[in-house]
Amino acid sequence: MQKREFVNSIYKKSLSLIYNWLGDKIFLITIVSLGISIILLALGMAWVLLYEGHTSLKVHGVIGFLTSSEWDPAVKLRFGSLPFLFGTVVTSVGALVIAFFPAIAIAIFIAEYAPKWLGNIIENMVHLIAAIPSVVVGIWGIFVFVPWMREVVYQPVYTWALENNSSLLPILGNPIGYGMASATIILALMIIPFTTALTKDAIDQVPKEQREAAYALGATHWEVIRMAVTPYARGGIMAGSVLSFGRAIGETMAVAMLIGNKNNFPFTIFGPAATMPSVIINEFREAVENLHLSSLMAIGLVLFVISLIVNLFAAYITRKLSITGGQSI
Amino acid sequence: MVKEKNRAEKAISYKKPENNSHNILKLNSMSQLSDVRMETKKLSVQYGDHYGVKDVSIPVYNKQVTALIGPSGCGKTTFLRALNRMHELNRNIKVSGEVLLDGENIYGDKVNPVIIRRKIGMVFQKPTPFPIMSIFDNVVAGLKLTGTRDKRYLNEVCEKALSQAALFNEVKDRLNTPGGKLSGGQQQRLSIARALAIEPEVILMDEPTSSLDPLSSMKIEELINELKEKYSIVIVTHNMQQASRVSDTTAFFYMGELIEYDSTNKIFTNPENRKTENYITGKFG
Ligand SMILES: Nc1ncnc2c1ncn2[C@@H]1O[C@H](COP(=O)(O)OP(=O)(O)OP(=O)(O)O)[C@@H](O)[C@H]1O
Ligand SMILES: [Mg+2]
Repeated sequence: MQKREFVNSIYKKSLSLIYNWLGDKIFLITIVSLGISIILLALGMAWVLLYEGHTSLKVHGVIGFLTSSEWDPAVKLRFGSLPFLFGTVVTSVGALVIAFFPAIAIAIFIAEYAPKWLGNIIENMVHLIAAIPSVVVGIWGIFVFVPWMREVVYQPVYTWALENNSSLLPILGNPIGYGMASATIILALMIIPFTTALTKDAIDQVPKEQREAAYALGATHWEVIRMAVTPYARGGIMAGSVLSFGRAIGETMAVAMLIGNKNNFPFTIFGPAATMPSVIINEFREAVENLHLSSLMAIGLVLFVISLIVNLFAAYITRKLSITGGQSI
Repeated sequence: MVKEKNRAEKAISYKKPENNSHNILKLNSMSQLSDVRMETKKLSVQYGDHYGVKDVSIPVYNKQVTALIGPSGCGKTTFLRALNRMHELNRNIKVSGEVLLDGENIYGDKVNPVIIRRKIGMVFQKPTPFPIMSIFDNVVAGLKLTGTRDKRYLNEVCEKALSQAALFNEVKDRLNTPGGKLSGGQQQRLSIARALAIEPEVILMDEPTSSLDPLSSMKIEELINELKEKYSIVIVTHNMQQASRVSDTTAFFYMGELIEYDSTNKIFTNPENRKTENYITGKFG
């Protein structure tokens, strides 16, 4: 009797051993090959961009390509990416600056102040807005936002400057509605939901003990948020902002639809400009010259590298600022 | 709040008086040592319709240590957190009965819980320094809430509180490093220093040494002995030796009810109740 049980248990054990061993192996192989193929895919993309773009980089020189502001695909066939670099940096930094505080305020409201049902509704709305295709945002921008901004902001400001302070006019630019300002504000609206969602997640991660410790010192709700919640969540909040910034850099459709697409300096606040993604999408189909095509590819490469850096930076911030088990690392 | 209280009082009036009350009388005659600082009157806490503690009435004497003991889940933490209105942070918890601080009900209509928590400090079971705040800022965090900005004064308070918590010598050269970088025991002493810095009147401690090594525990016990010169202390502990070493009076809880309350000496040498005796002698719990 006992012996049989013993044999049985051995049998079961060995079965599960084989099973586990095989399972482990299969799992490992799947995971490793998937992981490697992702890396290969990314490397492949970078390589294609480099391969296609290197003609342009060779002709203009890397530094020349990055610092020249001449983009002339028609006559001189000279390509410098500075205007697009500039447009991308201005619109995305501007968007981040505009979006940061509202996004954090909304997240704090959802996480800390709103009653549960209301918080849930708002949070779902935020997720919904984040999922709107950017071409739809662009259409809305063209039909609603731009006309409205033109009427209510751009033209009145322009008229005011015309009458009172004409030295501002070259900075303000033409108030047609399509330009840097519209693109930046729309970008900000597009990344607010994203930043909000990430900030809310970071706030939810703050342990109950941290809040209670602050309450026990006689803190009010607002003081608890300032003293215990936001400092603890800062890693997540910063990383979320950097990731949102990355999205703003790469955002293509809505920006291309609203920024006016002017390829050369000088850029003005209201007037048209261009970003790296917008110039790629606008000129790709019409690029007949090899050097033109190659230059667009090179811009793609620059965009790729910048996005990579931004994402690595987000990861670094998360690691650097996040807090685990009461210890900051 | 008022409605809840009325309901609870109604519920209470159906019950026959518990033996808690005569314990208090007896204790009063036994210990004329000092006056009552805090007092609970038929204090009950409900999680939904489950009672965490029920009808507990005990005094907390001035400049004495009151220990709360009992098996896990008996309501010690629940009771302690009712003493500085920490339960209010959760909407599903109902507190009824009274908690008097110097004769005034802290659950009274016009009482601000923020003020109450300044007067009745708390140290938690897990060390809870603000991890990225510097040690200095951790200690004076509560003071800064009251609007104190005078740097010299803050320095003074910080040094004093850290010394009281027996931590100053270990950290005096790195007051600017984050609180999260200290060891567990140091973090707990930092939490104590932080609670002391606002000079509360009563200090509540929930198993302050349960996550610490014996040496750190000893330091904290010594600290409690010193603190008692100035403060009234309520301490939850699972450690019988600790309770007998540090406390003057002891309350034994079982299944949410107060079974026995008396001087620590009496509880540990000659308890009235059979359950208390069993628990003290390790027969259950
Ligand atoms: N947040 C809560 N929600 C619901 N029930 C709770 C909650 N906190 C405690 N309880 C219940 O209240 C009772 C008392 O819990 P309490 O935490 O006060 O026990 P304790 O004596 O501190 O135990 P321990 O020694 O394990 O810390 C337990 O039955 C517990 O399940
Ligand atoms: Mg407990």
